[in-house]
Amino acid sequence: MATLNAYLLVGAVLFVCGVICMATKRNGIGVLMGVELVLNGANVNFVAFSKFTSLGLDGQVFSLFIIVLAAAEAAVALAIALNFYNNHLTIDVDRGNKLKG
Amino acid sequence: MSALFLFFAIASCLGAVLVVISQSVVRMAFWLVVSLGSVAALFFLADADFVGAAQLLIYVGGTLVLLVFGVMLTASGPYMKIETSPGETAIAGVVGSLFLFMVISSTPSGSAQLTLDEDGHTVVKRTGDWEAIHDAVKPATSTPDDGSFDDKSDGNTLRPIGWALLGLRPDRVDITRETEAGKKKEAADPASGPTAAPGYLLPFEIASVHLLVVLIGAAYLARAKRRSDEAS
Repeated sequence: MATLNAYLLVGAVLFVCGVICMATKRNGIGVLMGVELVLNGANVNFVAFSKFTSLGLDGQVFSLFIIVLAAAEAAVALAIALNFYNNHLTIDVDRGNKLKG
Repeated sequence: MSALFLFFAIASCLGAVLVVISQSVVRMAFWLVVSLGSVAALFFLADADFVGAAQLLIYVGGTLVLLVFGVMLTASGPYMKIETSPGETAIAGVVGSLFLFMVISSTPSGSAQLTLDEDGHTVVKRTGDWEAIHDAVKPATSTPDDGSFDDKSDGNTLRPIGWALLGLRPDRVDITRETEAGKKKEAADPASGPTAAPGYLLPFEIASVHLLVVLIGAAYLARAKRRSDEAS
């Protein structure tokens, strides 16, 4: 049951949920949660390939680096979100139109 | 094993779907805890015990607390709801289903076979089925089991990961040296420099400096300021 394709399926579901979460959420914190889901999907794939192929320990070390960089990314993005909230009094990302993007 | 894997796989996928579906940010954070915790359990089931522990400590223990603090500091009401319109939800469902189908259908399947090219190297013909490739390549490249890490044993990856982060790879001893020695028909010279797979000392240092920069940057960005009066 716990084959490589099952792990890849879990990773694919996490990735797609994260992408949809990033695309549809209007809440800035929700967008950050989508980013976390995408990175976790990548982690699942790395660990699965580390177990089921001859990748060995490299996949696990890589997923460790991804976890560390995701934590750093969350810290900076939350600081930006707090700054956004201080300036706009809301966290709705549709209101961030100062740059006329 | 199989029942546990099925349970945690379904829990992680369901948690991820509910993160997308739920509208309240606090409920989203809760379902994200469920999803990430189940992913950590999947890591444990995949013999990656240190990665699973790091996932629990850093993600579930650190990043989610950070996210909940963000929810608390930015909420304008007790239950902040910024609704997504139903049309957008429907479009997202359709697009997400199509995207998932595309990703799943691109998962390779097939068989691998080994052939020898003119130099005597083994070449994998079909790059389809990863497990077949693993079964075919593993006897050619792996070292004999001397108690170090191999992926058939249970977990116990803490010490090899620590060595790898310090620049040593005892789990990949002398793969290149053995193949070169086999090709040149001479014994490997121990003084010919490092031939084993390199470790991760430089990325480890880069990550530490990166974390320091992020710490300073986040503290600079999130410092207390007077709220601007012209905010709309």
